[in-house]
Amino acid sequence: MKILVCISNVPDTTTKITFTNDNTEFNTSGVQYIVNPYDEIALSRAIELTEGGKGTVTVINVGEAGNDPTIRKALAIGADDAVRVNAAPRDAYFVAKQIAEYAKDKDFNLILTGRESIDYNGNQVAAMVGEFLDIPSVSIIKKLDVDGDTATIEREIEGGKEVLTVSGKFVASCAEGVAEPKIPNMRGIMSARTKPLVVVDAVAIEEVTKVTKYETPAPRGTVKLIPADQTESLIGLLHSEAKVI
Amino acid sequence: MSVLVYVEQAEGKFKKSVFEAVSYAKAIADQQSTHLTAISIGDVADSELKELGKYGASKVLNVNADQLKTFVNQAYASVIAAAAEKEGADIVVLSNSFSGKGLAPRIAVKLKAGLADGAVELPSTDGKFSVKKTAFSGKAFAITELTSANKVIALNPNAFGVKENATDAAIEAFTADVKQSDLGTVIKEIVRATDKVSLPDAELVVSAGRGLKGPENWGMIEELAGLLGAATACSKPVSDADWRPHSEHVGQTGIAISPNLYIAIGISGAIQHLAGVSSSKVIVVINKDPEAPFFKVADYGIVGDAFEVVPKLIEALKAHKA
Repeated sequence: MKILVCISNVPDTTTKITFTNDNTEFNTSGVQYIVNPYDEIALSRAIELTEGGKGTVTVINVGEAGNDPTIRKALAIGADDAVRVNAAPRDAYFVAKQIAEYAKDKDFNLILTGRESIDYNGNQVAAMVGEFLDIPSVSIIKKLDVDGDTATIEREIEGGKEVLTVSGKFVASCAEGVAEPKIPNMRGIMSARTKPLVVVDAVAIEEVTKVTKYETPAPRGTVKLIPADQTESLIGLLHSEAKVI
Repeated sequence: MSVLVYVEQAEGKFKKSVFEAVSYAKAIADQQSTHLTAISIGDVADSELKELGKYGASKVLNVNADQLKTFVNQAYASVIAAAAEKEGADIVVLSNSFSGKGLAPRIAVKLKAGLADGAVELPSTDGKFSVKKTAFSGKAFAITELTSANKVIALNPNAFGVKENATDAAIEAFTADVKQSDLGTVIKEIVRATDKVSLPDAELVVSAGRGLKGPENWGMIEELAGLLGAATACSKPVSDADWRPHSEHVGQTGIAISPNLYIAIGISGAIQHLAGVSSSKVIVVINKDPEAPFFKVADYGIVGDAFEVVPKLIEALKAHKA
């Protein structure tokens, strides 16, 4: 089984998000980058599914050379090789097109992504790759088992879950539950340095979106503290002042 | 030019988030001086389809084919894109639900359209078609210009509200060719907890963290949520420890929610947690640590032990309802 895992290079989850240049650019100063946490879940499941010589895992990233440490981290976790499409990722449409172009003649059985990147929160790439390749896609999955040519998947729906099967090639975006994220060990870190990381050129595609400005949430007023011995007054405030119950 | 809204049904019914998407799509149609058409796929009674008129849909395309009774995003995307082309719709709106998230990107590729998902406001009308959407897991918003001729917008639940705009909806049967290869995913089972409020589109949420000490103490959280008609949620350490299911985990690596009321009990308010809940309209924090960072973003706070405060709240709520 050949699995392609798409990884995104994102700011660490503890990053304080700020913007520069009149709020038109993300302020990258001092930001630590990590493998998108959901992509780590996808990667960890891919490694589990191919362990013991049952297949190979390739990671793909669309980004510039600065992303290489993040890609090496994915190799340290256990991917066999890596590809970087050398372009600044414009939007999900652009990224998905690059991944689809790379994958179209490579015969991957399965393409996995995380449910969303924690920077743009799109959850678009998996389904877009599926559409560009004209193969099924399943978004926000919680469980993935593969038996021969057929996969059984659980995906989240409002207030419950859906169990479905899919045969042949497909794309899925992984959420918590699919696998426990693997932590690289020393041997993994050492071998990651010498695993293949191929750089390929991007293909041209029309622009469909453009972020023109960022905003941060409006600051909240100061908290109204209610003494613990007057707890019951909270209900009245929520009813008559905040008008939410 | 017109606007097309996809109305997702569950067991033949539309949820509030669907009426919200229709209300939002109607407001866009008004901005563009055009009309709104809705498309429903699956087995839905005419009386339910007529309801869509109440929120401004003047036409409803009803797709009721045997092979499309349950959700298959590939086939549904084909049908919706075909409807958009036939209706001359250049803007497609849908709810940013779990299924919507699997569907919208496929529609966008079919229509070569820019997609704004997680939209929280109406598009701007200053000559550029820009949509404000959530980014950085609730820590920011990105004003995203859709530069393509066709556009797809997935609206976040509770972002716009349901607005009545009574029109008489004309129902039309609609069919589109579906390739066999579009039916690659087959649903085997759907499990829905019918007695619980679904978290992503809940208006009220009661959430608890490690301060609860163990899964056996969730009874009072469930009781409080039950009295309020609220969904229950939890922090990451709680779902990581399997005290509660992952589907309840809100925060940066869980789900992001924007209810009208978020009550956080025994949650300190780490930046990753705040990211997922900061767009809640009203936040109540109950924590015994007065230095808990969550108080800085709360509207109301009680410094106290959850095991004393929550039972008092339950009593007060019972009295309030009586």
